Amino acid sequence: MSPRPAQAAAPGEPLLAARDLQTHFELRRWGFLRTGSVRAVDGVDLTLDAGEAAAVVGESGCGKSSLARTLLGLHRPTGGEARFEGQPLARLRGAALKAYRARVGYVQQDPYGALPPFMDVRRALEEPLIVHGVAPRAERERRIEAALEEVGLAPAGEVWGKYPHQLSGGQQQRVVIARALILRPRMILADEPVSMLDASVRVEILELLRRIQREHRLALLYITHDLSTVRHYTDRVLVMYGGRIVEQAPVEALLERPQHPYAEALLAALADPDPANARRERPVPGGEPPSLAAPPPGCRFHPRCPYAMAGTCDVYDPPALGVGEGHTAACWLRA
Amino acid sequence: MAAAPLLEIDDLRLAYATERGTVRAVDGVGLTLRRNEAVVILGESGCGKSSLAKALLRTLPRNAYAPEGRVRLDGAEVLGLPEERFRRQVRWVRIALVMQAAMNALNPVVRVGEQVAEPLRIHRGCSRRQAAARAAEAFAEVGIPGDFLQRYPHELSGGMRQRAVLAMALVTEPDIVVLDEPTSALDVLTQAAIMNVLKRIKRDRGVSFVLITHDVATSSEIADRVALMYAGQVVEEASAEAFFTAPAHPYSQMLMASVPRLHQPEPPQPIPGRPPSLLEPPAGCRFAERCPQRFDRCSEPPPALPLGERHRVRCWLHATGGGRP
Amino acid sequence: MSPWREGIARLRRYPSAVAGLAIIAALIATAVYTVIAIPYPQAQELWRGGERWQELPVNAGPVWADRLLGGDAPRTLTASSAAAETVEEAAYDGVRLNRTVLAVDYPYTEFPSEVTLFLEADFEQRRPFVRMRWRTPDGEVIPLGARRVGEQGRVSISQDRGLESRLGRAPQVGLFAEPGPAGTEERPEARPGRYELILETVHFERTSQLAAELVVYGQVHGLLGTDHERRDLAVALLWGTPVALAFGLLAAVGTTVTTLVIAAAGVWYGGWVDALIQRLTEINMILPLLPILVMVGTLYSTSIWLMLGVVVVLGIFSAGIKMYRAMLLPLREAGYIEAARAYGASNPRIILRYMVPRILPVLLPTFVTLIPTYVFLEASLAVLGLGDPVLPTWGKVLHDAQAQSALYHGHYYWVLEPAALLMLTGLGFAMLGFALDRVFNPRLRSV
Repeated sequence: MSPRPAQAAAPGEPLLAARDLQTHFELRRWGFLRTGSVRAVDGVDLTLDAGEAAAVVGESGCGKSSLARTLLGLHRPTGGEARFEGQPLARLRGAALKAYRARVGYVQQDPYGALPPFMDVRRALEEPLIVHGVAPRAERERRIEAALEEVGLAPAGEVWGKYPHQLSGGQQQRVVIARALILRPRMILADEPVSMLDASVRVEILELLRRIQREHRLALLYITHDLSTVRHYTDRVLVMYGGRIVEQAPVEALLERPQHPYAEALLAALADPDPANARRERPVPGGEPPSLAAPPPGCRFHPRCPYAMAGTCDVYDPPALGVGEGHTAACWLRA
Repeated sequence: MAAAPLLEIDDLRLAYATERGTVRAVDGVGLTLRRNEAVVILGESGCGKSSLAKALLRTLPRNAYAPEGRVRLDGAEVLGLPEERFRRQVRWVRIALVMQAAMNALNPVVRVGEQVAEPLRIHRGCSRRQAAARAAEAFAEVGIPGDFLQRYPHELSGGMRQRAVLAMALVTEPDIVVLDEPTSALDVLTQAAIMNVLKRIKRDRGVSFVLITHDVATSSEIADRVALMYAGQVVEEASAEAFFTAPAHPYSQMLMASVPRLHQPEPPQPIPGRPPSLLEPPAGCRFAERCPQRFDRCSEPPPALPLGERHRVRCWLHATGGGRP
Repeated sequence: MSPWREGIARLRRYPSAVAGLAIIAALIATAVYTVIAIPYPQAQELWRGGERWQELPVNAGPVWADRLLGGDAPRTLTASSAAAETVEEAAYDGVRLNRTVLAVDYPYTEFPSEVTLFLEADFEQRRPFVRMRWRTPDGEVIPLGARRVGEQGRVSISQDRGLESRLGRAPQVGLFAEPGPAGTEERPEARPGRYELILETVHFERTSQLAAELVVYGQVHGLLGTDHERRDLAVALLWGTPVALAFGLLAAVGTTVTTLVIAAAGVWYGGWVDALIQRLTEINMILPLLPILVMVGTLYSTSIWLMLGVVVVLGIFSAGIKMYRAMLLPLREAGYIEAARAYGASNPRIILRYMVPRILPVLLPTFVTLIPTYVFLEASLAVLGLGDPVLPTWGKVLHDAQAQSALYHGHYYWVLEPAALLMLTGLGFAMLGFALDRVFNPRLRSV
């Protein structure tokens, strides 16, 4: 399969650019009384170039999945702006929205759930092609075969007629990736694509995503909770906390020199396998992640931050401050 | 250390009847656990590690055949114990279980404090007041604020729920706590916090742990010993020191190399191939098909070969004379 | 292997499913045979009744049932002048005297139910005259009177009051009874043997002809018996099969499919669409189906297709919607549906291609067990007198039986035959349905 030539986006402009992007969900009582809102995505700035792989790292409830869904056009942003190839997402309707959906591939967390259990592999992969009017049938089959080959499920004839429950988790996820690729997208959004897979299969899938991303110069947004899976597979990491990006950095810089206390805490909580781990406790910040319905004022991490400065961190929202080459941290300590 | 083992599992076998045939989920597993020791049963999904835990606690599904082999607790055989005696003398009294899905382990309509006190009232015959007091202690131990006793499970975060389930397992002061993937559904920081709690309990209480996990990094957080399972068998049983620094079985080596790491410049290496079906496992070494070091002898099933103090490897490479008789 | 094929392979291991399928296959084969053998217009025609049935006894039970109980009830015997020899005894002055003997070999010891002579004369102006005499095997000759014969004539010998008083008992008994003084036996028995009806015809024209047929009606008839209008019940019971199956199947398909699609749409769109569907369902659930059908049938039409339409329309917003909704709700969050939205599948496509097929396997058992309930509903309507006016159905047989007090008169076969077919239908679909439930409903599957 050959990627489409980039269109629309002016040279030098990123493929995807979000500024102060917000997705709030209204909480209602009895279906109509507004009682507040959940600020799942609350002022996210991010850019993604064609051919760039970035990881969004955060804990559950930090808004990373809502961010992914907003970028997929499954939720409408309630504020700010996101542009894809220069077009604002919030204004996409009808045919334009459908065309956008062909340009963004989606890989989900649970590969078994992501495939219709009553469709065989061929049928599952044919669906997006039918939806987007790819004809004739022979052309669809050629593309399905090519996509299966691309994700390492060659010869296609072997998996072609199988149903999801007859495939291993790794194979299922490969089929999901093939489906994400089959419309020749410009960007892949992968939401925790390996967290439900076995350790030995995770690496295969991450390698596959990385290879495809590089070969087709796709943009990849890899959403994960596991910082240990970002090295080698992404170029840049965005750390998300409480609906916001708190730190952005090239992957090496983030893993070796985290600047935001939350990124630091995340790294300190993780360890590479080592028998010495059993002999020491890990530093863990107390408390729980903030409620997105009632986030704390100021820096969202300040109630748990060991370095919080009273009068500053609990009052003023820290902006993203440059701390190095392509490295920003939203923390008053870096001011 | 020549202390008698607290728990001794020898040649344990367990099979399930399924529509497609008999699945030999656990096929000749041997393992020893000493007092205040933590053994991690490590393995990928479908290797039989959860079945092993279920066989120990007798919480097997109905399609399981009766387990065969020997399980000794302080030298006394428990596998053949009648159900009623097992319930009164072993389950929750000597061995407690912490399940994977904490929400499922808790009754949604009963306050967590009462649920934690429940095993005391059943197994230790405590009065309601005594049980409540002990439950409060257990809560403090696992790091849940005391006022949470009055809450319902849905009012607790995932981490707090997992701690409550842990408190429920600890409250009867069992000798052994079996933890089945206790942190796999939790966030990184919560995971680390729970592992800290486990470390503290092990240090202060002298409890023994059997931790079942697929996550190599998590396993190194608490393991004194590691038993690596593959296709229903323990392929390597070693001290954590030996296992994490110099694994002996080719599968152990490849598994360690496949783990993504934070601070390592070389990329991890996937293990090609797939584990064999437990419906018809291969006659010889079960890893042979995927093993880059296989040779003729691998078509025979390797026994668990000793490789030093409490270190056994199920691989012909470690037989005397390079495996060739 | 597809989940469907897998399920069907698993189905083979349930004997009840195999038995149920066999019953259903037999019913379908019967239905197909009926539609081919007795085309629809012919069936209507037959069921209208009339002369075509005149040679069948009234309310005769099935032969096999009588024989099974050790009985020897007579079958209908006929003797026709076409097969008998006609002797011209004298001919003078254009007037002829013909003598025809219609003989029946009567082998039974029980009496016939009726004796009738059908006459058909062919003449120009002057009607032939016929004298009838009855000769028993013992040679006794009983005069039966004489009459002129029109173009068509029918002599109900067993209804002849004069003959009855002469014989001292009902003619069909008296004519066949063992010789002896009348009325002395507790239970008179028929004397087997050759009985003859001697017809002496006087023709007044050279070309005048007379055809005669003697019918000695039995007490049993055929495989299924006859009703009060001498109609062979086989027609109604055979035709009841395709009607019942078609009604049950169409009603079940109609309600299940529309209900499912509407439930899926409600779940998918949510909001006011869902609320509207829910409220409509709740209102519809308290509407009584049967009285509404009775009203429609009484005030409008009892056409089976109209009834089917009303049943389907009222069945759409049924309790099923609540059940399907509960099954479909988790699908709204399903990964594969989110994926389908992400690649741009339209709402109707998501509903029809992703939500509905997902629960079809679980629905199949309910669907199969639903078919007989509609079959029963159709039968109930017919019993209430709201059956289709022209179509013979099982329910109408029951209705006739009930109207004629069949059980009071001891015509058990009349009620039991349609009831057995209804039960068989219910049994076949229920056995298949319960087996399907075990195969496709994961909660019931025991390993």
